[in-house]
Amino acid sequence: MTDNLDDNILVLNNVTKRFGGLVAVDDVSLSIKRGEIFALIGPNGAGKTTLFNNVTGLFKPTSGHVILNGKDITGSKPHEVARLGIARTFQNIRLFDYMTCLDNVRVGRHVRMHSKLWDGLFKLPAERREEARVTEEAMELLRFVGIARQAHQYARNLPYGQQRRLEIARALATEPKLLLLDEPAAGFTPQEKVELMALVRKILDRGVTVWLIEHDMKVVMGISERIVVLDHGEKIAEGPPEEVRTDPRVIEAYLGKSA
Amino acid sequence: MSNRVAAPPRSLFARLRLRERIRDRDTAIYGLLLLVALVFPAISLYTSDGSTYLIAVAGHAGTYVLLAIGLNVVVGFAGLLDLGYAAFFAIGAYTYALFASQQLLASPIHHAYHFPFWLMMFVGLIIAASAGAILGFPTLRLRGDYLAIVTLGFGEIVPQVFQNFDQWTGGINAIGGIDQPTLPAWVTGPWAGADSISIVAPFSFSFDPIAYYVLIFILVSVAIVLVNNLQRSRLGRAWMAIREDEVAAAAMGINTVTTKLLAFGIGASFSGFAGAYYGASFGLVSPDDFLFIVSITVLVMIVLGGMGSIPGVIVGAITVYFILNWFLPLLPPAVQSLASSIGLGSLNARSGDWPGLGNETQNVTLLLFGLILVSMMLVRPQGLFPSRVREQELKHATGQEDEAAIEQAHA
Repeated sequence: MTDNLDDNILVLNNVTKRFGGLVAVDDVSLSIKRGEIFALIGPNGAGKTTLFNNVTGLFKPTSGHVILNGKDITGSKPHEVARLGIARTFQNIRLFDYMTCLDNVRVGRHVRMHSKLWDGLFKLPAERREEARVTEEAMELLRFVGIARQAHQYARNLPYGQQRRLEIARALATEPKLLLLDEPAAGFTPQEKVELMALVRKILDRGVTVWLIEHDMKVVMGISERIVVLDHGEKIAEGPPEEVRTDPRVIEAYLGKSA
Repeated sequence: MSNRVAAPPRSLFARLRLRERIRDRDTAIYGLLLLVALVFPAISLYTSDGSTYLIAVAGHAGTYVLLAIGLNVVVGFAGLLDLGYAAFFAIGAYTYALFASQQLLASPIHHAYHFPFWLMMFVGLIIAASAGAILGFPTLRLRGDYLAIVTLGFGEIVPQVFQNFDQWTGGINAIGGIDQPTLPAWVTGPWAGADSISIVAPFSFSFDPIAYYVLIFILVSVAIVLVNNLQRSRLGRAWMAIREDEVAAAAMGINTVTTKLLAFGIGASFSGFAGAYYGASFGLVSPDDFLFIVSITVLVMIVLGGMGSIPGVIVGAITVYFILNWFLPLLPPAVQSLASSIGLGSLNARSGDWPGLGNETQNVTLLLFGLILVSMMLVRPQGLFPSRVREQELKHATGQEDEAAIEQAHA
């Protein structure tokens, strides 16, 4: 391995998560390079989302370490992880249903805002300026993902595809260095998948590293440079798409053992 | 050649944009409330021959408006069900009562304090807010029903504590002779029984209902402005995000524990405020004033008015207060006189097991109150003036039920 440590934005060292007797994530180590699109694939129940949850602080790993930019963040609280620069979307979309799209994204800005209780209580000039700036930034993000026209709609009233986009805009609003997308193309038409891939590349151009979980091999092969395959919580393969695709263990995990 | 014509100077009327503002529902309600609040004292003085009784009632209703605005922050904005809100009200009232009466003379410290109301109002606020934070710190990890039970317990404990520490608080005998607020100067006139308009200096509120009315009017107005500001700030959005989805809110970098603590503390501080006002205006504070029924009444007010909507909860508070303290007590005599006037006067007399129509009506007033609440919630489940959010939620909820019903019918 010739990897310079500084090239890695995120390193997982032997991360294990047990729920009672069930080992959901089993001794997974991997490293994600700055500025790449990294994919995590595997059959249902392989522990992909659990791994995400361990990285974002929703769960605390039973053992092992999560290292962001050389700093150990194992066991940090979700809001601390967000502040440190990891944002995520959810497999089953978790928007703030009864807030407008604009407000959803403005909530994403929360962690980069400075207004305190008193500023808001008395609407001090600094607070007004910050609100105006944040509104502008939120609108820019809505334009970026292509749903600016829906800014004043309730998130709940958006069509499915736009909800996924809104969730990405909200995550980007936290100014992440690393963006975790949990099955962003689930339930998409082929056309929507193409548009999503374009959006992910645009996100990369903003200087955000992307780590995504995806089932659709076409999407994964199309955009990611490196893939890790998880099965029963274990890492069974790692490498560039064409290599992983032909790996017998991966084929077995996806298609089952041939008789 | 230019087509540009200098814009005609806009009149004051145009600049106020009254037309647009009236179309905005909330502004219209605020305007109407303001108008009623200003006109009400004059009308009630005029119609009741200078009696200030109704103004005193309205001043007391103002306490509940303040409580409703505060509880709305906790329940309506942040979505935390608080069933012990009266506890903070009690803490505010007792804070003022203890330090503005002779009470502590009889206590182990043998010294009575008489701090001014204007100072103690803020002390009450701070102490109630701290109590909110202290209660919130260990309990806000709980969600939904569990939090409701814990706050319910807190609401039971606090009045009990004030009752049992009778060495300090006088226990069940209550604290009386509480100081009234004083001002360096005040305007008096015919409305207060004086012969002409003049300036009184210094002025004690004593038991002048009009002075209290003005005071609570100012307090409520300030509360409305501040809570409106909060709702449209970074913190207000964070509360709403937590109410909608706590996991997603945390993933967006919101510290859910401190944000919920702030909701609890700010909600509590309003009732601390209200408590100090309550103690001063009645001159008497007893543990019985802060029982569970007070918490529930305030909760009913905000649910009925429209949770999360500030003008809604104000209207809700006034409506429920009006039903409880004006409509229901007036009912028995009204029914009696109605019976006499339609020739059924014999029903009014007590005979055998029949207690008389007046007493019978008296017996069923709370039943009637329940019926009124149930029918109002059936007719307007979203509240009188709901926030847009509540309206949508209920629409979707019923929509889903319809869809489910259709699916079942097809199955």
